[in-house]
Amino acid sequence: MSPLDRIANVSILKQHDVDKLYKVENKPVFSTSDQLCFLVRPRIRNVKYVADIVNADKAAGRTRKYKIIFSPQKFYTCEMVLEEEGIYGDVTCDEWSFYLLPLDDDIISMELPEFFRDYFLEGDQRWISAVARALQLLNSLFGPFTRTYGIGRCAKMAHEVWRELAEENEGDAQARKPEIGHVFLMDRDVDYVTALCSQVVYEGLVDDTFRIKCGSVDFGPDITSSDRSIKVLLNTQDKVFNEIRNEHFSNVFSFLSQKARKLQSQYDRRRGMDIKQMKNFVSQELKGLKHEHRLLSLHIGACESIMKKKTKQDFQELLKTEHSLLEGFDIRESTSFIEEHIDRQVSPIESLRLMCLLSITENGLIPKDYRSLKTQYLQSYGPEHLLTFHNLRRMGLLTEQAPGDTLTAMESKVSKLVTDRAAGKLTDAFSSLARKSNFRGISKKLGLIPHVDGEYNLKVPQDMAYVFSGAYVPLSCKIMEQVLERRGWLGLEDVVRLLNGNEFAVTDAGVEENPTWESQRVILAVFLGGCTFSEICALRFLGKERGYRFIFLTTAITSSGRLLEATMETVT
Amino acid sequence: EVLQNHVLEAKVFHTEYGTGVAILTGAHRFTLTTNIDDLKLRRLPEVPGLQKRPSCWAVLCQDRVLVILLAVGQELYLLDNTSFTLVTPPELSPHAGAYLQMAVSFNYRYLALFTDTGYIWMGMSSLKEKLCEFNCDFRAPPKQMAWCKRPRSKQRAVVVAWDRRLLVAGDAKEGIQFVLDEDSCLVPELDGVRILSRSTHEFLHEIPEASKEIFRIASMAPGALLLEAQKEYEAASFGKCFIDKFPPESFVRTCRDLRVLNAIRDYQIGVPLTFSQYKQLTIEVLLDRLVLRRLYPLAIKICEYLRLSEIQGVSRILAHWACYKVQQKDKSDEEVAHAINQKLGDTPGISYSEIAARAYDCGRTELAIKLLEYEPRSGEQVPLLLKMKRSKLALSKAIESGDTDLVYTVVLHLKNELNRSTFFMTLQNQPVALSLYRQFCKHQEPETLKDLYNQDDNHQELGNLHVRSSYTSEKSMEGRVAELQDGVDEYYKAKNEFAAKATDDQIKLLRMQRRLQDDFDKPYLDYSLHDTVYNLILDGNHKRAEQLYRDFKIPDKRFWWLKISALAEREDWEEMEKFSKSKKSPIGYLPFVEICVKHHNRYEAKKFAPRVAPEQRVKAYILVGELDQAADTAIEHKSESELNLVLAKCTSSTDAAVAEKINRAKTQSLKK
Repeated sequence: MSPLDRIANVSILKQHDVDKLYKVENKPVFSTSDQLCFLVRPRIRNVKYVADIVNADKAAGRTRKYKIIFSPQKFYTCEMVLEEEGIYGDVTCDEWSFYLLPLDDDIISMELPEFFRDYFLEGDQRWISAVARALQLLNSLFGPFTRTYGIGRCAKMAHEVWRELAEENEGDAQARKPEIGHVFLMDRDVDYVTALCSQVVYEGLVDDTFRIKCGSVDFGPDITSSDRSIKVLLNTQDKVFNEIRNEHFSNVFSFLSQKARKLQSQYDRRRGMDIKQMKNFVSQELKGLKHEHRLLSLHIGACESIMKKKTKQDFQELLKTEHSLLEGFDIRESTSFIEEHIDRQVSPIESLRLMCLLSITENGLIPKDYRSLKTQYLQSYGPEHLLTFHNLRRMGLLTEQAPGDTLTAMESKVSKLVTDRAAGKLTDAFSSLARKSNFRGISKKLGLIPHVDGEYNLKVPQDMAYVFSGAYVPLSCKIMEQVLERRGWLGLEDVVRLLNGNEFAVTDAGVEENPTWESQRVILAVFLGGCTFSEICALRFLGKERGYRFIFLTTAITSSGRLLEATMETVT
Repeated sequence: EVLQNHVLEAKVFHTEYGTGVAILTGAHRFTLTTNIDDLKLRRLPEVPGLQKRPSCWAVLCQDRVLVILLAVGQELYLLDNTSFTLVTPPELSPHAGAYLQMAVSFNYRYLALFTDTGYIWMGMSSLKEKLCEFNCDFRAPPKQMAWCKRPRSKQRAVVVAWDRRLLVAGDAKEGIQFVLDEDSCLVPELDGVRILSRSTHEFLHEIPEASKEIFRIASMAPGALLLEAQKEYEAASFGKCFIDKFPPESFVRTCRDLRVLNAIRDYQIGVPLTFSQYKQLTIEVLLDRLVLRRLYPLAIKICEYLRLSEIQGVSRILAHWACYKVQQKDKSDEEVAHAINQKLGDTPGISYSEIAARAYDCGRTELAIKLLEYEPRSGEQVPLLLKMKRSKLALSKAIESGDTDLVYTVVLHLKNELNRSTFFMTLQNQPVALSLYRQFCKHQEPETLKDLYNQDDNHQELGNLHVRSSYTSEKSMEGRVAELQDGVDEYYKAKNEFAAKATDDQIKLLRMQRRLQDDFDKPYLDYSLHDTVYNLILDGNHKRAEQLYRDFKIPDKRFWWLKISALAEREDWEEMEKFSKSKKSPIGYLPFVEICVKHHNRYEAKKFAPRVAPEQRVKAYILVGELDQAADTAIEHKSESELNLVLAKCTSSTDAAVAEKINRAKTQSLKK
């Protein structure tokens, strides 16, 4: 499902005289319509596709009307390309300021998956203003935010741009009672580890296995046990899903079977009913039951399919390796596991994921492993990934341990450069200068690896670590928890230093704080570069424990697969 | 046409569409426009038989349509867009005579006609109803005639002016006459008539009922009493005490408005407005007029007094003042810029860039730049800086704003403005701009991208570029190899030996694949090394596979994994057994068992099970289905967990013996 489907699906568009829908790509359009409308992201590539279509029409002597709608905004470069391609006069342009798509009661997505690569790899800041506008929109809808926290350079910039926007618009905003108390902005590169871990809560697993797109998933014929696939919207409306989405996968099956029994007993009440009761039952309950039944069978199907893929020996071993990487035990053994994984061509993405996880948790690979794992990878999955490795190194996802202190010296120089106010806005192309992840230190300081006597209780979890089978508390969520608890960064100086700084906490002077207001418990968690379902689950859990209500604003829903695909160079 | 025939007469009129002008040309044709700000001329049709100038005419507005009423002698005509009709006012005196003058009221509702018999007809401008008539003794054509009427008042009157005489005619038999001392001019207003002469400015209007009641001799009306009271107590708000729940807002507002009106009535300002005129005009327009007359201090005082929001009031006036200030050529740039900043500070709503734009328009570029320095929003500075050709400054400002789009605008502007080398040099000093331009080049100008990297000796990126194009743009074998070779060279320059070596290997592989493709007539190009070797084995070309294994130093483990999977897929069990015996397996023998089972060949799998390392042997036996063997091994190992593993696999019907054996072993081990 695409964002457009969520807003105006094909039948609505058809009602408004849309003849046919095409994907904008490098292909000619065969259409007899005399008007073409392009709804695109403002990218040079897209504009060039449009230009090709228009120029092909020109060559064929066709005249049509063309309109390009850029969403969320038009960029100057796009117009520039239109001009260079010689079609500036042939098309009209428009903007659709579409910033927020609510995927669920508590998830708002900007549906900008390209944000991640653009900013964190290419150092392109184009979307920062989009984030600022999204914040401004929420601000105007839900009143001023009492307190804003953030960490990461992008978060800082987005916050600054938003403040400027807010000041400009101050005149039109009436004094409103705030409905969102706190905002927390976080860059994805503050915590790559969490995003790279295998997801084991149901919603995350469904995403990892079937890819949830725009809050909807395609269940194939093997799950629907029919001959066609079905699109299912996964949100709070789905009563079955709503009850299991945040659960560790090991609990899901027992829940589903319990649910099935309950449903059956509700059906069974039919027996012994008189005609009138039966009539009531059929007219009132049966439809709901049937619907629930259908959902239940779908989720059971999905579970079975996941089980088939994930409960094999391999998956268990994979998780074991991940956990030892997180804990920093048996590094040699894990390295051989990864090597074997590559040698057997298990999966290019998975292999890469493990390599990155190893690199981040160990602050870079030792030079020998760095070379040999890369060589193995190129032999298995193709030489073009040499470029992928270059990308990963730039982002600090896959690096080589630096001998001695030389790098640290340079780093301090760089960080000095960026703390300078004027240089603070310097591009992030330099953030690439192999930043250390310091994961081990951070993990120790924040206690990310829980030490439980005996087995971790996944049914009644004690902390957020349950989203990773009790092995690891997601760093991103832990930071939020700590900052919210301390109402600032005070006491977290060591952690902040290890996280490469760029933290901030700002109180809106214009808003008086009133701890009794319900809004003070509402927290907008903003993820720049995407957040995973595991993180959402963890924060939902934290919310329940501490009486917060988290609302998620993310540039897109992400996962280890999506994240790594964005860094890959593919040959096409 | 207007030019050719000269303008005989023009009338300016105001409607809801704006200010319009109607013109009578020398050819006795009418042309009019409804809004002079949006000039669209409309030429009305010719008036048949009109040979001389009409004695009088006026513009009427009937149902939002503008028409012209003109009089020729004793006839009255209505001229609209398409037609020309003769009209007669209702109940017109038969002895009226020829029309000399006509007047339309401010709101276009009423019309007055003056004839050469001294007769005045007053009625609706729709010409459907007469209101009253008036006969006077003066026959001479009046100089001017105007309606004098208050809004919502029932009293209607026209004021007729001759050279030295003024007559107010209304519904009564008698008119009121005034003597004019000087040549005067009448200006009809919303609520009365202004009489302007060289030295005086008077306002003639109907006295409102309320005032009448106050000032009538011996009036006992509340207002009059209040006035008396005020004389006693000097408290204008005295009366308000007697009214319960009197909302104070309107009282305060009225007092404020009155003070404003008094202030502008001062002879130095000279804007005598009535209350209703002021309300009609609105405070904004009044301020604009004051500003146009450069009465800045007064305007600001009024804003402050009326507590207008800063953006609406003070800032706007200050901005006007500043725009005026920059035109003062006798002061130096520093002085002006300083003076402006002193006054304006950072008042909200002030746009320094607008003021700077004005300065630039006046040719004071330096001043404009100085003023822009005060502009807090760097984004606002950029367009003007570009216009003034200060592109480099514009670039830094754009970067400061954090708005990528703005940076792009400037970069692409610079690209066209500067020559290539200066352009590159400029970018070198601006990393943000440089990285953005690289993005642009990546899609639009790949060659430029190369130049950019060359300039700052970025051999790593150059190498990447070559390698990328060997996969994407180059199609021929030679081309691809050449690109890769360039890549190797660049990587060496970048001291990236790993990349150089990997790329070198890729060249070797490509050449090899090409040879294989020729030899076996099968596609090998673009396979990874692993897949290449795998396919060779799959096709039984073991020799070539071995060669690649040696040439590319494929690690033993990988080679064994790959070879047994390929052999299993080929179902070449014989070769697999041979291979397993060629030397000690670096991956152990469990993978052999697994791969055979995966391909449903238990028979072969069983052969390998005994060779599996002891710690995995139980697992191997279970895989091949030899539970008895598995149990024996587990017992041998004395491993409880292994025993349990086997036990879990036992089904009660077929494996009862095995299960029993295990249970026995378990109890035995317990005893020990």
